[in-house]
Amino acid sequence: MSSETMTLNLKIWRQKNAQAEGKLVDYRVENVSPDMSFLEMIDVLNEQLVRKGEDPIAFDHDCREGICGMCSMMIDGKAHGGYKNTTTCQVHMRLYKNGDTIVIEPFRAQAFPLIKDLAVDRGAIDKVMMSGGYISANTGNAPDANAMLIPKPIADEAMDAAACIGCGACVASCPNGSGMLFMGAKISQLALLPQGEPESPRRALNMVHTHDQLGFGNCTNHAECEATCPKGISIEHIARMNREYLKAAFTYHEKNRSEGGA
Amino acid sequence: MVTSAVNHYFKSSIGRKQLIAITGLLLCGFLVGHLTGNFLLLAGPDAFNLYAHKLASLGPMLYLIEAGLALIFLSHLALAVKLNIENMKARGKYQQKTKTGRGTTFASQTMPITGVVLLVFLILHLCSLKFGSYYETTVGGVLMRDLYKTTLEYFASPVATGWYVFAMICAAVHTSHGFASAFQTMGWNHGKYFKNVKRLGLVYAIFVGGGFAFVSIWCHMKGV
Repeated sequence: MSSETMTLNLKIWRQKNAQAEGKLVDYRVENVSPDMSFLEMIDVLNEQLVRKGEDPIAFDHDCREGICGMCSMMIDGKAHGGYKNTTTCQVHMRLYKNGDTIVIEPFRAQAFPLIKDLAVDRGAIDKVMMSGGYISANTGNAPDANAMLIPKPIADEAMDAAACIGCGACVASCPNGSGMLFMGAKISQLALLPQGEPESPRRALNMVHTHDQLGFGNCTNHAECEATCPKGISIEHIARMNREYLKAAFTYHEKNRSEGGA
Repeated sequence: MVTSAVNHYFKSSIGRKQLIAITGLLLCGFLVGHLTGNFLLLAGPDAFNLYAHKLASLGPMLYLIEAGLALIFLSHLALAVKLNIENMKARGKYQQKTKTGRGTTFASQTMPITGVVLLVFLILHLCSLKFGSYYETTVGGVLMRDLYKTTLEYFASPVATGWYVFAMICAAVHTSHGFASAFQTMGWNHGKYFKNVKRLGLVYAIFVGGGFAFVSIWCHMKGV
């Protein structure tokens, strides 16, 4: 453990609720260990605020090990701080120097209404998922593991897309507030695998429809999403979604296809 | 839930984007044809006038082609305007600069601006050349429009040439993002070849933008 501690200047977005006016407020946080995670640093600040009888900063967090996708915030203008393949909770204070000023804003997009301070409602992502990001499987005994042959490169590609944790960094960093990388990852993952294939046209149509309804923007291929995705998901998955959607729009008929049983 | 898939396509984000992509690629194709014609200016007045005369004597066929081009251009424009309005509404309004430096490029961010420049350019371009001054000449005993003279007369002005070159730089910047972007939007992106698509887009942008600009400067140097 390093014994050197830091003092940092923070500018944090404070906003009581969705209706209230918000603004960046200056804070000074002392005794920050370089071994702390970014969220622990905010915890320290919140403890100081509580001791002073002030309202602590509201921010989302859960697993704190980089897999749940809750810790949404823009650190110095970059989602999750903009470090390669890193979520906010995995950003450590050793990346900063004593006396640094850090600006922290919530994820912003039309589809992500603000709740309080740094906490936003990313429920739109769940709604897109609910409209098609699943497969229908029959109940009963688990099938034999090797009964369904999937080539390794295909399985790997599906896994790359499945790495998405739905954190919303792609939406927050997109200059158009689009959810295409998130949606592309799911549509692509399931279209690659035989388990997802039967429903893939309906999935593509429904998920895109829901995405458009929820106020997400349109992709114009800036690739800012790919640059900030903490799971390193490629925009190749957006391309696969575009293909899947095009195919579905011109070949899919509700009557011709019946998935699952009664 | 979606029931009429094709109907949904023309209303959806991806469907409309793909229409922008396809019309954009068609316009890219048109530019290559146009530039090929422009190179005939270098071959002298007769070659260029004969080519222009051949095109003009297509008659109703030409009107059909022109109507098609206008339709492609106007759909590209209208869809892109709508898309940009939606995106302006959807984006997050941040207090701080939010660029990572690894995604957006100058070209990708200025698509609406370069697009508007090209729209203004196109209107002025049609007014000053296609519907510009009318001279006549005879090539091989056939009376025809002397478009060569109109063109050289137009480019005699340094302002006209400067504006033309500026518009062509905008065209190059616009297509340098648009070309590869159209492939991505249509779903034609695979690790195996997409790097080459990006390179081709860059070569296309430099060739077309540079080609048009070169011919205009050549006309200016040649004088009336």
